[in-house]
Amino acid sequence: MSFHTLQGFFAMGGYALYVWPAYAVFFTVLIADTLSPIVRRRRVLRELNARLARQSARQATQASDTTTPTQTAASTDGSRPCP
Amino acid sequence: MSNWIPLWLHKLSSPPTFYRFAGTLLPWMMALALLLGAIGLYGGLVLAPPDYQQGDAYRIIFIHVPSAWMSMFIYGVMGVSAFIALVWRIKLAEVVAMESAPIGAAFTFITLVTGSLWGKPMWGTWWTWDARLTSELVLLFLYLGVIGLYHAFEDRRQGARAAAFLAIIGIINVPIVHYSVTWWNTLHQGSTVDIFGHSKIAWDMLWPLLTVTLATKFYYAASLFRRARTDLLALESGKEWVRQIAQREGKR
Repeated sequence: MSFHTLQGFFAMGGYALYVWPAYAVFFTVLIADTLSPIVRRRRVLRELNARLARQSARQATQASDTTTPTQTAASTDGSRPCP
Repeated sequence: MSNWIPLWLHKLSSPPTFYRFAGTLLPWMMALALLLGAIGLYGGLVLAPPDYQQGDAYRIIFIHVPSAWMSMFIYGVMGVSAFIALVWRIKLAEVVAMESAPIGAAFTFITLVTGSLWGKPMWGTWWTWDARLTSELVLLFLYLGVIGLYHAFEDRRQGARAAAFLAIIGIINVPIVHYSVTWWNTLHQGSTVDIFGHSKIAWDMLWPLLTVTLATKFYYAASLFRRARTDLLALESGKEWVRQIAQREGKR
């Protein structure tokens, strides 16, 4: 044990202003690095699910188009799936 | 493909197999990183004695040196997988190379900032244009160049190939960073730890340093797996296996 008191530990022998910011940068950068792929993964899956939903909706309208042609104008809202 | 490469490696390089493999290992890698990191930093911040010259300011070493080692190690991994990606056109190698770059850049940034925070009280300056500091800054720019070039192309795979070239050319900088303190007269201190010889550091300080180093290795594995999995989902979004994952996780 190098420090006898908690205050002594936080003071870091007078170098607290250098030691603690260094550790703060270390943890902040690594936490950001951990979170960024998690956020991106959610976005990728959300976009993919939206695309799949659009595709199945289009297929459904196409199927109904063959029976009731009057609905065609209303159903083509211009939403095409991304390539 | 050459037949001297074992079959399991072929199988592992297929995106759905790697996705599952990485997903199984990821929590263990992260748990080991956190556990070893906690033990190592406790040893370094609490148990280790102060330095006879630098007092408690030297405790920055326990994050500065492991980060610096990782900045070079990750560049090595990125360079090797970039080479594999260019020669054999393996999609997974591209993903590993391109997703290593942000992690490497993160560790290089940490190295530069913690070094600066250590340099101010010990050298009296935040920054100096000496060989070690400058070559480490060049390493950061190389990482940023690889990331930038990768994203500059509309086609991801074309971008990955261009960035892989830059990654391979930039590998020349890694030995320059490592030997800069030997080749030039610099303000930065020389190597304290010698894997093959006698380390000029007390055991009370050495074991926390090595433990944190191991923790950063596991952290890199975990972060790389996490990033590669996300990237594979994006790259293969038209494939059936990704569609199944999207539907399964969309319901939650």
